[in-house]
Amino acid sequence: MSDHLIDLVDISKSFDGQLVLDEMNLYIRENEFVTLLGPSGCGKTTTLRIIGGFETPDTGKVLFNGADITGLPAYKRQLNTVFQRYALFPHLTIAENIAFGLKIKKKSRDYIRDKIKYSLKLVNLEGYEDRMPDSLSGGQQQRIAIARAIVNEPKVLLLDEPLGALDLKLRQEMQYELIRLKNEIGITFIYVTHDQEEALTMSDTIVVMNQGYIQQIGTPEAIYNEPENAFVADFIGDSNILDGIMIQDRLVEILGTRMACVDAGFGLNKPVDVVIRPEDVELTGPGEGAMDGVVTSVIFKGVHYEMEVEANGFEWLVQSTHMHEVGAHVGLRVEPDNIQIMNKPESEDEKAVELDV
Amino acid sequence: MSDRRSTRRRLLAGPYIVWMVLFTLVPLAMIFVYGFTAPQGGLTMANILAVGQKENLKALLLSLKLSLLCTVICLLLAYPLAMILRSNTKSSASLIVFIFILPMWMNFLLRTLAWQILLENNGVINTVLTFFGLPKAKMINTEGAIVLGMVYNYLPFMVLPLYNVLTKIDDSIFEAARDLGANSFWTFVRVTVPLSVPGIISGITMVFVPALTTFVISDLLGGGKILLIGNVIEQKFTTTYNWNVGSGLSIVLMIFVIGSMAVLQIFDKDGEGTAL
Repeated sequence: MSDHLIDLVDISKSFDGQLVLDEMNLYIRENEFVTLLGPSGCGKTTTLRIIGGFETPDTGKVLFNGADITGLPAYKRQLNTVFQRYALFPHLTIAENIAFGLKIKKKSRDYIRDKIKYSLKLVNLEGYEDRMPDSLSGGQQQRIAIARAIVNEPKVLLLDEPLGALDLKLRQEMQYELIRLKNEIGITFIYVTHDQEEALTMSDTIVVMNQGYIQQIGTPEAIYNEPENAFVADFIGDSNILDGIMIQDRLVEILGTRMACVDAGFGLNKPVDVVIRPEDVELTGPGEGAMDGVVTSVIFKGVHYEMEVEANGFEWLVQSTHMHEVGAHVGLRVEPDNIQIMNKPESEDEKAVELDV
Repeated sequence: MSDRRSTRRRLLAGPYIVWMVLFTLVPLAMIFVYGFTAPQGGLTMANILAVGQKENLKALLLSLKLSLLCTVICLLLAYPLAMILRSNTKSSASLIVFIFILPMWMNFLLRTLAWQILLENNGVINTVLTFFGLPKAKMINTEGAIVLGMVYNYLPFMVLPLYNVLTKIDDSIFEAARDLGANSFWTFVRVTVPLSVPGIISGITMVFVPALTTFVISDLLGGGKILLIGNVIEQKFTTTYNWNVGSGLSIVLMIFVIGSMAVLQIFDKDGEGTAL
């Protein structure tokens, strides 16, 4: 219990008979940057809305500091939300927008004025007090939306795909902004996105969700390097996902070739899923790697070349700074600790989750 | 080439210009000519000043009173209805709107006549009252009956602009208000009402102006005993054949209409209300 700020206990929710969340359990620690990551329809936004008080779960409880707030209306909760499309009040100036929550709480005029100033400085928009929301760019509006939320000193800030409507360059800038803000004000951020890069950049903890189930919870490094199942591996970054057979501890057979790996404890001759990141496949001269293949396509990506190599009947995705011509015969080699072994999905449910991607 | 095209395009506007000239500008000019001239000829302000005569002034003030009352009642009835419509799903909302608008397909005169039959001293309502041994109520030929007729006829014109403006507000705006600590009351006062101002303005204009100028409703439900300014003007044209005073009073009424719209414009900064 101790350091849990929010606990979701056995939360289920369905809309029009469609199950969106299925007995979900999740806890969020104080001062953590948690990202709910997944494709659209995975239940991440619904989870956020349940925490924010905009949806009531069909079953289960929401605890805040250990107290049950499941039935507490949104306006009584100690958290604030940054909405995807900003949701600034179009009839109010920037200053009035920011002051909205403080005026409701009957704060003094001086307090409100100082807070507006402070929050505008925090989001780098000093001097915008008297502008109207529609005279601001999308990025500026989103900053105001953030200022309007944090000015109320919430314990938790909920962010629902706040960067979704911004262009790529601005999105990257805002990611650093958000990290800075988080460190400066020191509160818990719960962030919803379908963008894996955003999640990897900003989060302390990533919760990967799909079809109402949590697929994996972990640090960005753990999620990227040690995905627990094929869905996570495929959703986070590019990857080669292959069927393999775990011959014995530290030895796996992929596409008829036995390769050394570092995983153990799967048993003997057990079918498994194998994930190999494209940057972990090394291309060598023919005959020098674990298997031979032919390059079928090359694309220049800036930092590296992305190649497809046909080997043992599988189309490998390979990223390398060295270019190999289409049609070139190459060898493929993978370091043992870059081979990630995962259990095959046990239930039909989890299998369906995979096929959906 | 482009000159010829734009000339052709201008030609397309021809019928409308002819229409406007014949049926708007010419009659308007005629009203002004009649309004500012004496029957014997010669310019005069007497027709305009006729509004100061006791019975004309009484009719104008009564018109203002009843049309304001009608507008307020319409607003109070329409706002909750528009809110309910907004919170409904698309399909059920359009069903309610359909049922609501259904009577409007019936002729306006027939609907008002129906009220006459309901409200008459020996009408449907009094028959029912007598049947249950209750005393008869005096309903027809009262100011209340006229206001009832106005509200009945003009309510849809208040509901539709309000519904339009409310459905345009994104749900997340209301959620943002709740998120920032506003309960339903404060959300309504601080967000819903200010954002629906264009609809309120539009609705007020569309109810107040026809209510102010009506003479049919007061004729049918007021029994010719309660005269509104519309009835006075009508009589000048059709009974006493004094087109000059009738035009003069029309000009006064026009000033009131334009004046009230100008006042409303102050509240409607974006000019959205007049767009409907």
